[in-house]
Amino acid sequence: MLRLKKLGLLILIASFVTVYSSEARKRPNTLTITGSTTVLPIAQRTAEEFMELHPKVNISVRGGGSGVGIAALIDGTCSIADASRPIKTKEIATCRSKGINPVGTVIAKDGIAIIVHPSNSVKELSLEQLKAIYAGEISKWSEVGGKTKPIVAISRDVASGTFEVFKKLVLKGGKTKEDALMLASNKAVATAVVGAPDAIGYVGIGYLSSDVKSLVIEGVTPTNETVVSGEYKIARPLYMYTNGEPKGLAKEFIDFILSEEGQKIVEKVGFVPIK
Amino acid sequence: MKKNFIERLLPIFALLTWVFLFGIMLILFIEGTPIFKSVPIFRFIFGRHWYPVHEPPEFGILPLICGSLMVTVGALIIAIPFGLGCAIYLSEIANRAVREVVKPFIEMLAGVPSVVYGFFGMVLLAPMIQKIFHLSIGLTAFTASVILGVMALPTVASIAEDAISSVPKALREASFALGANQWETITRVVVPAAKSGIFAAIILGIGRAIGETMTVLMIAGCCAVITPNFFKPVRPMTATIAAEMGEAPMGSMHYHALFAIGLVLFLITIGLSLIAERFKER
Repeated sequence: MLRLKKLGLLILIASFVTVYSSEARKRPNTLTITGSTTVLPIAQRTAEEFMELHPKVNISVRGGGSGVGIAALIDGTCSIADASRPIKTKEIATCRSKGINPVGTVIAKDGIAIIVHPSNSVKELSLEQLKAIYAGEISKWSEVGGKTKPIVAISRDVASGTFEVFKKLVLKGGKTKEDALMLASNKAVATAVVGAPDAIGYVGIGYLSSDVKSLVIEGVTPTNETVVSGEYKIARPLYMYTNGEPKGLAKEFIDFILSEEGQKIVEKVGFVPIK
Repeated sequence: MKKNFIERLLPIFALLTWVFLFGIMLILFIEGTPIFKSVPIFRFIFGRHWYPVHEPPEFGILPLICGSLMVTVGALIIAIPFGLGCAIYLSEIANRAVREVVKPFIEMLAGVPSVVYGFFGMVLLAPMIQKIFHLSIGLTAFTASVILGVMALPTVASIAEDAISSVPKALREASFALGANQWETITRVVVPAAKSGIFAAIILGIGRAIGETMTVLMIAGCCAVITPNFFKPVRPMTATIAAEMGEAPMGSMHYHALFAIGLVLFLITIGLSLIAERFKER
């Protein structure tokens, strides 16, 4: 008899768990967003605004990285995957095998500014010089018109979307020199450059401050306007991926980010609006 | 009935720790070993270049192993003398009032979150070291060693203190009775008697330093180079995993390589724990 009771209790708990979890999945006004830490501040701030406008909606936003986001989209644990890079062919193949059709929407642009210490007399670099500095071919500031000090090259870690864009647009697929520092966040790069007069680093335009000097690249200053117009070359689009064209709540949310109001938030958190 | 139920439940909890340990080991093996299909294990461990996202990628973790070893050795150079000094002072020399004030503070040091240490190292210690040693950048193996040393210190101090204070009082009394002074008693009798416990303390301190992630990620500078120079940035294994896991596409070579680093690290720390257990038992 007691055994039966125990069994009954177990079944009750189990059914609660299943009902609850399937309920959570079915609830139409819940949206889960996972992915790129670069896109995270945009997703978070716009989600807050969106929930304010639609009090019944619940949006949960998580970071983890572009790869994590797309993996979550494949597993079905999120409805929007943030990515700071286009989806890779390998990931598309995995999606296809699981019957998922990843569709990306560009929601903002991210310009990458090259920064140095304010005391540095160098004001301008060409993309080639920049590449040579990071590849180790130019190792003294005097070779690009500065003091006779060795250049400390600071890069982002190789897994960050920022590095990926830098590698593609500046290094053209080449390697960074081995003694380049690989730091784990935009903030860490900015902090390191503030403290090191001979350092050069790169950060998202949103992380520029008066403590560092951003360099003119190929004659173009990194600003919102030059990024949107395409004149400034070191810039990338930021994506939100959905399974198929966005629909329902996901569509409403993405439309909100693309609206004038949403794009204002994009700018406020340090990125470049696309409109 | 109720007691019976709970009593039956308890071994399950105890078994769970085994389940977790073996689960972790299993996942590390399953996810880590595929890399050895494309990169031979010898080239993986002794390869000198780590370019995981380059085309074609290079997966050599020797610079990462060296980075981990360097900061760990550096940390030990700081943690062992300070930790042991602390332990000897607290258990042999300090009076009870001092001990009761100081010991909780050492334990509090162990409770400070590692990101706080990292932050402290990044904004305070790194610029200081840069200035003092006229370096071009303050994020170096030395900076990481100093902070890791402070972090490993409470582990070393409190375990060594336990070992030293559990040396029987009779040994000390016998030593005094033979005419030895306090210093002689400490160095010739008490410390040798507590030797195995002190070794265990040091080995657990190594484990603490080698496994630390957030701090080294923030302050070691993370250059994957092999250098004997402590004033150059280095890149420990843990920092590599933490920095690169988020964006490595699932199932890629890079992903498996990171798990394989985890496996190497896991085997090192498991080995250290086993050695520590051995010493503790004696």
